[in-house]
Amino acid sequence: MNIKKIDWLSIVILCFLILLGLINIYSSAHTNLLDSMFSLKHPFGKQCLFIIASIILFFLVQLFPFKFFEKFASISYVLSIISLLGLFVFGKSISGATAWYQIFGFGIQPSEFAKPITALALAKYLSDFNSNIKTIKTQFYSFLIILIPIILIFLQGDPGTTLVFLSFFLVFYKIGLPSIYLNLFIGFIGLFFLTILFNKQIIIISIFFLSLLLISYMKRKKKSIKKIIMYSFVFSAFTLSVDFIFNNIFEQHHRDRFNIVMGLQEDNRGVGYNTNQSRIAFASGGFFGEGFLEGSQTKGSFVPEQHTDYIFSTVGEEWGFLGASLVIFLFSYLMLRISKRAELQRNLFSKIFAYSTVTIIFTHFFINIGMVLGLVPTIGIPLPFFSYGGSNLLGFTLLFSIYIKLDSQRTSKW
Amino acid sequence: MKNKLFPILIISTSILFVLRLFWVQLININDVQLSNKNSVQRIYNYPERGYIFDRNNNLLVENKPYYDLMIIPKDLKEIDTIEFCKILKIEKSILIEKIDKSKKFSYIKPSAFLSQISKSDYAIIQEKLWKYKGFYIQRKSNRNYLLNSASNILGYISEVNDYEIKDNSYYESGELIGRQGVEKAYEKQLRGTKGVSYYQKDKFNRITGLYKEGIYDTIFSPANDITLTIDLNLQTYGDSLMINKFGSIIAIEPNSGEILSLINAPTFDPNLLIGRDRSKNYINLKNDTIGKPLFDRGLQGQYPPGSTFKLVNALIALQENVINEKTIILCNLGHYYSKNRFMKCHCEIGTRNNLNKAIYNSCNTYFANIYKQTIEKFPNAGAGIDHWKEHVSSFGLGNYLGYDHPTGSPGLIPDSKYYNKWYPNGKWKAATTISNGIGQGEILTTPIQLANLTATIANRGWFKTPHLVKAISNNSITKDFTIKRHTTIDSIHYEKVIQGMFNVIEKGSAQNAKIKGINVVGKTGTAENFIKINGKRLQLTDHSIFIGFAPKNNPKIAIAVFIENGYWGTRWAAPIASLMMEKYLNKKINRKYLENYIINGNLMEEYLKPYLNSNFKINE
Repeated sequence: MNIKKIDWLSIVILCFLILLGLINIYSSAHTNLLDSMFSLKHPFGKQCLFIIASIILFFLVQLFPFKFFEKFASISYVLSIISLLGLFVFGKSISGATAWYQIFGFGIQPSEFAKPITALALAKYLSDFNSNIKTIKTQFYSFLIILIPIILIFLQGDPGTTLVFLSFFLVFYKIGLPSIYLNLFIGFIGLFFLTILFNKQIIIISIFFLSLLLISYMKRKKKSIKKIIMYSFVFSAFTLSVDFIFNNIFEQHHRDRFNIVMGLQEDNRGVGYNTNQSRIAFASGGFFGEGFLEGSQTKGSFVPEQHTDYIFSTVGEEWGFLGASLVIFLFSYLMLRISKRAELQRNLFSKIFAYSTVTIIFTHFFINIGMVLGLVPTIGIPLPFFSYGGSNLLGFTLLFSIYIKLDSQRTSKW
Repeated sequence: MKNKLFPILIISTSILFVLRLFWVQLININDVQLSNKNSVQRIYNYPERGYIFDRNNNLLVENKPYYDLMIIPKDLKEIDTIEFCKILKIEKSILIEKIDKSKKFSYIKPSAFLSQISKSDYAIIQEKLWKYKGFYIQRKSNRNYLLNSASNILGYISEVNDYEIKDNSYYESGELIGRQGVEKAYEKQLRGTKGVSYYQKDKFNRITGLYKEGIYDTIFSPANDITLTIDLNLQTYGDSLMINKFGSIIAIEPNSGEILSLINAPTFDPNLLIGRDRSKNYINLKNDTIGKPLFDRGLQGQYPPGSTFKLVNALIALQENVINEKTIILCNLGHYYSKNRFMKCHCEIGTRNNLNKAIYNSCNTYFANIYKQTIEKFPNAGAGIDHWKEHVSSFGLGNYLGYDHPTGSPGLIPDSKYYNKWYPNGKWKAATTISNGIGQGEILTTPIQLANLTATIANRGWFKTPHLVKAISNNSITKDFTIKRHTTIDSIHYEKVIQGMFNVIEKGSAQNAKIKGINVVGKTGTAENFIKINGKRLQLTDHSIFIGFAPKNNPKIAIAVFIENGYWGTRWAAPIASLMMEKYLNKKINRKYLENYIINGNLMEEYLKPYLNSNFKINE
């Protein structure tokens, strides 16, 4: 292990984020408890315990030999899938999601550990010299690797984590997956929202005129014209089916969340309650914030799930625009740093794993803060390293420790 | 593109988030004001609603406390139902029913479990209430009306409705607002402004202290007491005269425009519209379609003014120099005002009327003639009638007067546009509108307009807008009520008309209105009227009308009396007006026989006639 090659700055930023998270958990959980702060009944006390466990996990990971992670990627993937399957039998339901094992009074969420493990499995499969993401065969197997946990987790009622696994498509794209998938994906998402907002006839007519415009612009290139016609056909078909999907496959509470985010529906009591309360917390924070332990919304525990998914609203209320911007800055700096070091990585296995690390953190960051700020529909997903929760913290620590381990071996030869 | 994928995603997302933070934390913070914060509880401090006094400082309206037992279903714990029912004096089944009802209303919001608990019951409940979690007592205050009439003047208060909450940001659900009458017109002054205290609250609704040490708190500004222009004695005396009659008596002090009494009959007890049975009582009052107690005949009722309007036409003709007081017009049981069109009059054949005689004989021929001449003085009937309307309007007729009571009707004074609509292409002339000359036809006035007209004649040419409030917390009232509004008629002409009105009492149609020692002047009126029952237009007995003032010189009281279906003015309206004047000026009644005759007079049979029998006789 080469101590000098370790990405110390990332570790420092991460420690800082965890510490900030701890302070805000303390604040969020401050009022409604009579037990001592360090009691294990208290979120703060528990989180301290999880942090200690995470530190131990971090060092443990560093002690393993580099090759260990590649070797055991497949077997740990299989174990991880088994643990997800086991939830159907032994799982415990918490707020709608059957995602937990109850062991010794602690809830363990296997999907949190499935994220780094799936990343390992993907890295192993895609770094194999037989694999080429441009071939249908490799595409099929790599899609299968993420599709199995996606289906299991979706069936267990955890759409947030499902989305995280879907985001592995970004990694595929990074290593050469033809752009048609991403184009279709982005096109579908955009059309989905547009179709809910506007009339489907209007969308189809605009697709038609847009493709006509593009075709007349590129008169000579027969290939592009063919492409454009294909895209417009697929998008039109998708638009027509969105109506059906939205009204028949989605359930009412899903529809409500979409409608609230898109401003089609106002509701401050029911589904929109969380978002509205968190908006109030941000507004009362102002520029400098109300100060540590002074946030009135936080004190009154009005924002539901404030120490877990809505932790960022505590930051907004108590530390203001300044504090919240700092947190955003730290996260983006950390992600930029990891992605920059990933580009420099020569070992494909390590490179793909680093891409996965950025993707997973980014998806959490995007959905969580987007949701708390009311930009994204309400989807329960924690803020990495920041939100309260043992499985979440340990899962991310595992991801990060393996990244640090692989990154520190950057120049070592095979 | 692929190499830059992560930096682009990360940086653009971060910029988006910081911009969004900027928007929600620093720019768009108004829609999440303090008041919307769930963590802050507002508690209002209400000033006690202002008292209402009459012009002689008799207290008319005060407040009385009452207690509501409130329930918050989510805080309910197991209770000893037998004891609880005993102290509340209710059955167990009612207890369960009421708890279910409150749960249906809201699980977390408080609602009234038992309202309007008496003081003695409150004492018993208060003592034991600590045992019953989820219940608490709220002290409230409601109006207490110390008189059992004048409900049309005072109005009432009740909880604001959703529309008012939306319309006016001051009010919140459950608060009280003035409805009708003075309670509505002077709502702002009577209620004062509530103060507010903010408390920090946790999600269990527990108050944990003042929010930010109370820097946002405000104290209430006190309510104002109001002194009415109404004379309680005169008002209640008027009520007693109106027993078993429908109609209105309006008395005004001419030189100030202060309304001394505004009697609407049938009246009702204002206390009916407060308290537990409010809505039941309101429906009963509303369902009385014959008496219509909620309809203010004095302010809202629009009727033809009848012969009382002849005075206005006389004044206009004098002003327009069409006649002078010596002009004589011959009457032969009426006259032909147009080819083959005859207007009847009760003057004998060959009666020669001058202005004075025409007024006290109420000669139709005379006034129809001078009206026609006034109109025909102008090149065409349209210009004539518009000019005539200008004069009439200066008396405050044909429009809301602008008094300080929220209800009213404009009445109707027709103009050329009005007739052009009915007779297109200008196919009408002065003779077409001849009924206006004697106060029938298209003209409609409200009793308060007639009272104001009387005050204007008493003042010889000006009036102050009639009003009900004399002072607000000892501050004087607005200028609108203190400026003199002059008519378009020169004051010298009034004396001639008043002389005629004096003779109405002395030797004319209203000799029963004479009061010993006081010079009364007045004019009777009789108005034809119709009703529609089941789509059939039926003529009813004429309305009995009288306007007058006293004393003739230096008038103290001007009065308009309107008795629905009372037949001619002399029968009911004139003696009632005269008794009111005597009561007000002499403080006691010498003519007991007249008083008894009026108080015992009963017109109920007359009012029920059209509903009992389709073939009924009128004007008996």
